[in-house]
Amino acid sequence: MMAGIENIFDVAGRSMSAQLVRLNTIASNLANAGNISGTEEQAYRAMKPVFKTTYAANVKDSGISTTEVAGITTTERKPERVYMPNHPMADDDGFVYSAAVNVEEEFVEMLETKRQYQNNIEVVTTLRALMMRTINLGK
Amino acid sequence: MKGIGEYLNLHATALTVRAKRNKVLASNIANAATPNFKARDIDFEALIKKADGVGPLRSTDGRHFKVSMAAAGDRMKYRDPVNPARDGNTVEMNVEQMEFSENVMRYQTTLTFLNNKIAGLTSAIRGE
Repeated sequence: MMAGIENIFDVAGRSMSAQLVRLNTIASNLANAGNISGTEEQAYRAMKPVFKTTYAANVKDSGISTTEVAGITTTERKPERVYMPNHPMADDDGFVYSAAVNVEEEFVEMLETKRQYQNNIEVVTTLRALMMRTINLGK
Repeated sequence: MKGIGEYLNLHATALTVRAKRNKVLASNIANAATPNFKARDIDFEALIKKADGVGPLRSTDGRHFKVSMAAAGDRMKYRDPVNPARDGNTVEMNVEQMEFSENVMRYQTTLTFLNNKIAGLTSAIRGE
């Protein structure tokens, strides 16, 4: 556990880290899409991060909270069983198992993640400008 | 006679509350993808009234009924979603973005008010 969540930079920064983890899993899933393995157990299954809310110590007073990755799970989806008797990894019946990754789903999630990341940056940029103006108060 | 602190007080309080609201809205935006997160917001008007001493009821006699002064506005409120999401998250990006831009604009307005007041004071002190 890092230091407490106190200001806007903690809120946006941690949320952006969580989005980066999500982006990493998406990249791994896309990189492994189409991978083939000899058994169902060994086949790649898409990874998904689980987000959870982290509250500041004084959340009742300040209402500050951010998000973090609670863990990474793999999807329940079954790897596709493909008949490829000539494949070197094929099992005795001539089947191979291709990675359980839905490429379209990953792309949509990638777009969503990108938007969330941008929103956080936008918030920080705006509030940082406000802080600078506040520092110059009365000049 | 009013002191300088009192002269600037209302805007200073407004600025604090606006800054606080900015943080709450930023938290909502940060949690836009977290399942079961409930978006919160601050009742700006209630907080300002409380800070300004315009309480709901004042008793002038000891025998008056005590009215609870724990103003509900002090507490954070949950947002009522227009289109609730199936994962239990009530953050709606369009709503949050609008509220955020409005709050930022109002913060800047308050800042300008404060600047003008300070400039007025400064020129009065200088006497030029």
